Amino acid sequence: MKQEHINKSFDSELDRLYDEIRQMGELAIAQLNAAIDVLNRRDSNAAARVVANDEAIDTLENEISMDVLKLLALRQPMARDLREVYAALRISSDIERIGDYASNVAKRSMVLNNNPPLPATARIGRLARTAVQLLSDALQAYAEGDADLAAKVRDADADLDAMYTSFFRELVTYMMEDPRTIGACTHLMFMAKNIERIGDHATNIAENTWFVVHGDMPEGERKKDDKTSE
Amino acid sequence: MTSLHLDIPHTDAADAKRPAKLSARDLAFYYGDFKAIKELNLDVPENKVTALIGPSGCGKSTLLRIFNRIYSLYPKQRATGTVLLEGENIIDPSYPLNRLRSKIGMVFQKPVPFPMSIYDNIAYGISHYEKLSRAEMDVRVEQALREGALWDEVKDKLKQSALGLSGGQQQRLCIARAVALKPEVILFDEPTSALDPIATGKIEQLITELKQQFSILIVTHNMQQAARVSDFTAFMYLGELIEHGATETIFTKPAKKQTEDYITGRFG
Repeated sequence: MKQEHINKSFDSELDRLYDEIRQMGELAIAQLNAAIDVLNRRDSNAAARVVANDEAIDTLENEISMDVLKLLALRQPMARDLREVYAALRISSDIERIGDYASNVAKRSMVLNNNPPLPATARIGRLARTAVQLLSDALQAYAEGDADLAAKVRDADADLDAMYTSFFRELVTYMMEDPRTIGACTHLMFMAKNIERIGDHATNIAENTWFVVHGDMPEGERKKDDKTSE
Repeated sequence: MTSLHLDIPHTDAADAKRPAKLSARDLAFYYGDFKAIKELNLDVPENKVTALIGPSGCGKSTLLRIFNRIYSLYPKQRATGTVLLEGENIIDPSYPLNRLRSKIGMVFQKPVPFPMSIYDNIAYGISHYEKLSRAEMDVRVEQALREGALWDEVKDKLKQSALGLSGGQQQRLCIARAVALKPEVILFDEPTSALDPIATGKIEQLITELKQQFSILIVTHNMQQAARVSDFTAFMYLGELIEHGATETIFTKPAKKQTEDYITGRFG
């Protein structure tokens, strides 16, 4: 167990940051799951609620920013404390972007509901489940200061990239076969890209967790398997 | 625990090669039977600021007392090992104390101006070592007061008592008095602990300027001050040097748990 500060209120302020990140992370996961649910159910009203809910994540990000500013100004943290405060700021920004992507998936699902259902939509759910797993693991690694789990998340993002690349090619094939699906498939493509980006942000969270624990960034290039631009 | 000797750390290649101005080797110190410093190795690099941090009683001030041999005034206090300045062991009794005083200047926690004029505070030390004409002395006094960032504030009242200056001005006068002798090393023992933030800022700026000419060792209890002014930081605990490295490394990623606990306020 980590030793307490002599001034214990410093500990409660740092704990508060961790708690806010946990809340933000839980909200982002719930938003992503909800976005996939409304996509599958073709429920535009529920999708609109998912879009509106994104504000809660933005509000938490602002709170974390203010708390970080206050901690820097009033506590002047050093060493691991400093790294924890810095990481909280960066991680909150990653989660905020994840929230935006989840909201974007919900927004596009409303447009899809104006078109006939496409079987390919089911693949978005699979991509999203992989992204949710990455994000949950990254958040768990952060909460527990588990650098090994963080390193695994960083490596696992390549699987999501590979799934995205495969899905991208599949969609291109559909569009070539039936140009009437181009509109809907383009939306699916953006959704898939949003989810692939969520994996990148989960990787950022994992890298910042590694930084908190070790004071440096993990060595070696990130494994990437997004080959859609090749 | 064995004492540690960490080489001058690696902020960049140029710093790593920078020669040490002052080197303590296997340095130990005794107050009677009590061993206050345990076989310590420390390099103070040339034209850099090295900060000494650590809890009260860890031996920081004792180390400064060794470096200027104040302890030799007390019969029961003794140091073993070597402290090399320009290749000579300054704690060897054969090293002239007079020479040591001109090579290593010291600024204390509380400013201690002599009860004489501002001018004489500076001239007194110089006249001890050099015979200068009045005109030459005027030049040296002005130069020292300029280097102490005090000239503009006192140039019209050089004949007034130094005791009339503010605390911050008195401390800068003491710094000017130390630099007037053109020493190699200046030791600062908590030089701003009695000063307000503005006076503290001026002294910190001054220290940054003075390192162009001198090698500086500063004891401070203020972590932020160590972080602001020093290039290297050494952490001491119970008479041992626990960790010594580039300041930015010590305050962002210290290697030892004791250092981390101390600088993050978890000690005790």
